[in-house]
Amino acid sequence: MYAIEVDRLTKRFGDFTAVDGISFYVAKGEIFGFLGANGAGKSTAMRMLCGLLTPTSGDAKVAGFDVYDNPEMIKKNIGYMSQKFSLYNDLTVVENIKFWGGLYGLDGKTIRRKTDQILGELDMRDWKDSFVETLPLGWKQKLSFSISTIHEPQIVFLDEPTGGVDPAVRRKFWEMIYAASERGITAFVTTHYMDEAEYCSRVSIMVDGRIRALGSPNELKRELGRNSMDGVFKELARHAKRNSD
Amino acid sequence: MRRLAYLLEKEFKHIFRDKFMPKLIIMVPIIQLLILPFAADFEMKNINLGVIDRDGSALSKRLAEKSGASKYFNAEMLGPDYGAAMGLIEQNLADIVMEIPQDFEKDITNEGAANVLLSVNAINGMKGGLGAAYLNSIISDFSREITETSEPYMPPSRLQTLTEDRYNPHLSTKAFIVPGVMVFLLSLIGGILSSLNIVSEKEAGTMEQMNMAPISKITFIASKIIPVWIIGMALLTIAILIAYFVYGLFPEGSFAIIYGFAAIYLTAFTAFGLILSNYSSTAQQAMLSFIFFVMLFLLLGGIFTPISSMPVWAQNLTLLNPVRYFVETMRGVYLRGCGFADLLPQFYTICAFAIALNIYAVSSFRRNTD
Repeated sequence: MYAIEVDRLTKRFGDFTAVDGISFYVAKGEIFGFLGANGAGKSTAMRMLCGLLTPTSGDAKVAGFDVYDNPEMIKKNIGYMSQKFSLYNDLTVVENIKFWGGLYGLDGKTIRRKTDQILGELDMRDWKDSFVETLPLGWKQKLSFSISTIHEPQIVFLDEPTGGVDPAVRRKFWEMIYAASERGITAFVTTHYMDEAEYCSRVSIMVDGRIRALGSPNELKRELGRNSMDGVFKELARHAKRNSD
Repeated sequence: MRRLAYLLEKEFKHIFRDKFMPKLIIMVPIIQLLILPFAADFEMKNINLGVIDRDGSALSKRLAEKSGASKYFNAEMLGPDYGAAMGLIEQNLADIVMEIPQDFEKDITNEGAANVLLSVNAINGMKGGLGAAYLNSIISDFSREITETSEPYMPPSRLQTLTEDRYNPHLSTKAFIVPGVMVFLLSLIGGILSSLNIVSEKEAGTMEQMNMAPISKITFIASKIIPVWIIGMALLTIAILIAYFVYGLFPEGSFAIIYGFAAIYLTAFTAFGLILSNYSSTAQQAMLSFIFFVMLFLLLGGIFTPISSMPVWAQNLTLLNPVRYFVETMRGVYLRGCGFADLLPQFYTICAFAIALNIYAVSSFRRNTD
């Protein structure tokens, strides 16, 4: 069984086909890079997979649950983190952990254990009672990621998680994704940074609502005769008809 | 339910950690209740009355004295020059000029009737109209007095109208305004807190994360309504205490009715705020649309001006206004001692508003923002 199975998934808004019959699968524990230029249909596809948007046609199963029948079960079994802040600035670090843990249905004991674990992993014990507002951006992002996997989801969706963060923090962030993947959590990542695409086990590249390339970074580079993912992406994206959202 | 508890804890932290919100919540009701009832006072005192007494008789002096003795009027005797008296009116120094003609006493004794001329400055229509009415009642009182004290065979000079001011025997506008201001402040605080609520999560970016969380729409909306509801009920209590200690107003009817109706009314108005919040993408949008609606609601709610004196089309509009029904309830309970049975129409209407607005709030809350 795969973590994500997608078969000819399509979303139309009126005459506009945002996502045009995409098919792929993501294996358990995989780090799957979901790339595409702005307006390629990435976020629409991701919203359908997270149970936020009903597809027009096609099939998709996420964590074993159907996107049409069981969107609420999908939500329980996935984590989500976006570039936008998922933390409350006027709550402290510990309060944010407790709140999101509680919202994902953890009991008090588990929340306390998790809180201790996260503070240890992030080396943030001294900051536990600081308001999130006062933390540096990189710390907030790492805390967001830890919180998005607090309920040990089967899959974590990361929507441009490293936007606006400096390279050192980005590397640290990817170490956290690898650690989660070793625990068996599947990561579904969108990113603009092509060096990050190299870190993924497999990558898909969307152009104009369709998946144009799918494979490991090395396979794609070989296929298109480029020596970097950046080259691969530019080669595919320059034929795009849609330019922006 | 446990999820709701976590959400509620968070909502209260948001409200009480805000630098501005707690002050707003405490100060608004106190200031409104201390200032508005005085500012919106329709009772007319210190009406400047000029008296021209051309008769100079015992009776005419008695009338002038009686008018001046009333707490409403500052009476001043003027010379016989009517033009000069009109000048005073033009300069806004006099509000009413009462001219007692020559032979006033003689006409009354001989014919049983006499005329008095009142010239009223109607620029301030309210003051002029009320002043003339007060003065009329003084004059008719006077004419009754002299009929009673004259020879027994004299017929009463005219029919008397007897007015009994029920429920508000001292015709105090404060008794009329204060229950209205209570409605005003519940609507204001309930609406402001809720209309800013969802939109501030949208602005902070946390809304997206909330959409991804495994909570139902109803739980989410409940977590937004309940804190406002609790704060609203606390405010109502503050308002009731101020009404008692500052204005000596104590409801004739029961507290259970006041709190019960307020509870339902608050869910309706909070839901209304959430609807605005759902449709707004910034706090400014939410606030401006709230101000637009709340002005209409409050002005058409009969808080400051009686609905019965509005034109018919405006009266019809007030039927669509939840504020109106709650104002009627509060005045009914405070002044007339209405029981639940008397307020059934209001009860059903407020319930209908609460149900409809809450359904709309839940259904207009879209998780799919694009």
